[in-house]
Amino acid sequence: MIKHLSIIAAVFAAFGVTAVQAQDITGAGASFPAPLYSKWAADYNKATSIKVNYQSVGSGAGIKQIDAKTVDFGASDMPLTDDELNKKSQLQFPTVIGGVVPVVNIAGIAPGKLLLTGEVLADIYLGKITKWDDAAIKALNPTLSLPDALIAPVRRSDGSGTSFIFTNYLSKISADWKAKVGESTAPNWPVGLGGKGNEGVSAFVSRIPNSIGYVEYSYVIQNKMTYAKLKNSAGTFVDPDDTAFKAAAAGADWAKSFYQILTNQPGKDSWPITGATFILMHKVQDKPANASSALKFFDWAYKNGDKTADDLDYVPMPNSVKDAIRKSWSQIKDASGKAIAF
Amino acid sequence: MSQGKVAKFEARKRTNQIAIASSMAAMAFGLIWLIWILWQTIFLGIHGLSVATFTEMTPAPNDPGGIANALYGSFVMVMLATFVGTPIGVMAGIYLAEYNPKGQLSNVTRFVNEILLSAPSIVIGLFVYTLVVARFNTFSGWAGILALALIVIPVVIRTTENMLLLVPYGLREAAYALGAPKWKVIIGITLKAARSGVVTGILLAVARISGETAPLLFTSLNNQFWTSSLNGPVASLPVTIFKFAMSPYQNWQELAWAGVFLITLAVLGLNILARVLTRQKS
Amino acid sequence: MSYQPSIGDGVPDSNSSSHLFPTRMNNSTHKSSQRINGLVDRLFGWAALFAACLTLSMLMGILLSLVSGAWPAIHEYGFGFLTRSVWDPVKSEFGGLVMIYGTLATSIIALAIAVPVSFGIALFLTELSPAWLKRPLGTAIELLAAIPSIVYGMWGLLVFGPILSAYVQIPLQKLLGSVPIVGALVGGPPVGIGILSAGIILAIMIIPFIASVMRDVFEVTPPLLKESAYALGSTTWEVVSKVVLPYTKAGVIGGIMLGLGRALGETMAVTFVIGNMNQLNSISFFEPANSITSALANEFAEASTGLHQASLIYLGLVLFFITFVVLTLSKLLLSRMRKNEGTSS
Repeated sequence: MIKHLSIIAAVFAAFGVTAVQAQDITGAGASFPAPLYSKWAADYNKATSIKVNYQSVGSGAGIKQIDAKTVDFGASDMPLTDDELNKKSQLQFPTVIGGVVPVVNIAGIAPGKLLLTGEVLADIYLGKITKWDDAAIKALNPTLSLPDALIAPVRRSDGSGTSFIFTNYLSKISADWKAKVGESTAPNWPVGLGGKGNEGVSAFVSRIPNSIGYVEYSYVIQNKMTYAKLKNSAGTFVDPDDTAFKAAAAGADWAKSFYQILTNQPGKDSWPITGATFILMHKVQDKPANASSALKFFDWAYKNGDKTADDLDYVPMPNSVKDAIRKSWSQIKDASGKAIAF
Repeated sequence: MSQGKVAKFEARKRTNQIAIASSMAAMAFGLIWLIWILWQTIFLGIHGLSVATFTEMTPAPNDPGGIANALYGSFVMVMLATFVGTPIGVMAGIYLAEYNPKGQLSNVTRFVNEILLSAPSIVIGLFVYTLVVARFNTFSGWAGILALALIVIPVVIRTTENMLLLVPYGLREAAYALGAPKWKVIIGITLKAARSGVVTGILLAVARISGETAPLLFTSLNNQFWTSSLNGPVASLPVTIFKFAMSPYQNWQELAWAGVFLITLAVLGLNILARVLTRQKS
Repeated sequence: MSYQPSIGDGVPDSNSSSHLFPTRMNNSTHKSSQRINGLVDRLFGWAALFAACLTLSMLMGILLSLVSGAWPAIHEYGFGFLTRSVWDPVKSEFGGLVMIYGTLATSIIALAIAVPVSFGIALFLTELSPAWLKRPLGTAIELLAAIPSIVYGMWGLLVFGPILSAYVQIPLQKLLGSVPIVGALVGGPPVGIGILSAGIILAIMIIPFIASVMRDVFEVTPPLLKESAYALGSTTWEVVSKVVLPYTKAGVIGGIMLGLGRALGETMAVTFVIGNMNQLNSISFFEPANSITSALANEFAEASTGLHQASLIYLGLVLFFITFVVLTLSKLLLSRMRKNEGTSS
């Protein structure tokens, strides 16, 4: 018995004493930028041996977990308003810009061939359009042969910033959608299967015939999915890619506030469902070493991560915005009021 | 035999044939799926295995890698959860079997234990989240270990009590007659006699928690890197498999199958070991 | 079992546990060792008592923590929560009917499929199987019980869903789609995801458990009973239904309840294929739905403290309560059966 207890004690001591390296940090949140953040973290680890553990759990969970201070930074595609930030005493800054893309799985239809509009999307997700050969879809695609099959809409089951960007766009386009469902990270979806994370939605759409979903563009590329063209506010049907996202982001006024919504932006090349993704950190830090490590990571990413972002079709922030972001980091202080070094 | 009797016999024979045939059909239906699943697990699992699986960390999507950190994290958490849960479970089982087995406290404890045994494991995870993660503001391996230990304890209590009750009372009485104090009788004689059965129970508990995902979702979260510290999120095999299986990435799915295959092997090995021990005993 | 007490002569020999009973002592060391033994005895007794009380406090702790976590929702909705079907995190309105229905429906479907199949397997293994097949088949069943439940979910999504869709759902829809009431039961996009899919996957998952329990109890039926029945001219079916089943019914019920308990509390096998739909739009079995465990797994990490998190914990409490009810019912059933037989329970 004594021997048993002392073995247990020794084992526990071994695991407790090897304390977390002060610089290893944990972040959680949006799946929208998850492919990019995990690449950045892997490259950063190779460069500095510091581990930035990012868990893709959805923007809703990211917001909650940073509120609960169980993680060092949260990630969300839904920006918090300046009021909310002041109430929570948190700082928010954007990292990259990406696009939410409708994807389908219809036999015989290649990527970029299906044309859709915001109204049709809203009606599909409201349950008003139920079949692929509906008149509204046929009118947009007179030359495509659409099957006489029920549409299987796929959306998010978890609290999602991607859902927020998507429903924000639908609310702008369809008054019906705005009245019945509105915009949110966890709207009351009238129809559809729920997938967990952008990963879950991609997995469902790839597998289920006659399905439609919405995912961030890097998921479309990585999984070779069939995306649809969308009509933007100028009336042009555009393909999603980083030039289209950049065009949509051109009108953002980052100097005024980091709270920017980029859906349905003007411009004939703009992708209508564009959005930035944000990092949330507390302004007053209980763990200054972790905060410093987090800021160092993002500083490194801003300096060295642009090519990786480009490869994955995210749009990096312009340099002027990056400078403004670094300036805003002076608001992050430790308990004594000293700004965190990075 | 009269006509009536022959007819009755024919009817019974027919009932027999129909009943047997439907049972066999039901069995075939079930077995087809089960064998298919087994085959897929083995086939896809072996296909996804390579040396890298054991030596490299969980990769970013579409990058090569392995599940070494998840294997290590699971191993450590399962081991420590067993270390924590077993003494408590064995002592409580001893109480139920040796100290006042028919008393009020024992009856209540037995009933409570059955409730805990059938408690959904995700609820245990919620409990540990509220108790540990939210309070200490961090996901941690310790929280995961606590959640797993709470699942181990009822299993060990039940098997320890049953095994101890199987030890013939004459053995204890002989020891008491020789003047041995109660604790010596329990440890030196009863427990020793029931040793293989108790160990079997512990092995079954280990097998049970090896595959548990839900209690780890909100306690130890997950980690894409290697970590030897339990003070933060720890990678674990079941949670990693969950994340990878739900994803659309080919390399992640292959790793998920490999992980599933490894867990199955481990659990099967433990079950076989437990069975060998019980057979040796009798 | 290696120890054999050697009673009688008191003289220690090499294979007695002489370490337990020190033989040569004078009076004072005997008294002090007695005192030490008495102290250790008391401590040991307290340690055992403490462990038992710890078990009780575990349950108390879990219940207390669940109730206090769910309190905002309990206060807000009371028992009405169980019959409300709205689940709207944005408007902060919650009701548990959809998840409770999903949990119960999938578990009942699972049991309806698993019990006959397990019975068939157990019957085959004990009465009908040729000797060379018994061992491998029995081992295969145990192997399947060893597979982590997440595999069933994965397999369900990747393999079974498309099959169900192509061979069951689409034909059924073509056949029954226009029939007034039954058609509603088979409506919705036939994608192999929903209550039916989850129920079947759960059934496949719990078959190994129920089958091995049934097989174990069938095997311990005294051969004398069976052979007497055969000698009297019974058919195999009559032996099984009139002799073996009544004899083993406690074990069989126990096995079924075990399977039901697992089905109710299963998270991973269900969350892949149930569709995570928080609305009850139709009674169709093909529509996506949600279960308590799947809702918890999906939404707990992001539920803001407040009514959302409280409602989720309320759901967890309800699930806990359902498993408790199932357990109590099975105990009552068993004790009533035993009473009817005349044995003391």
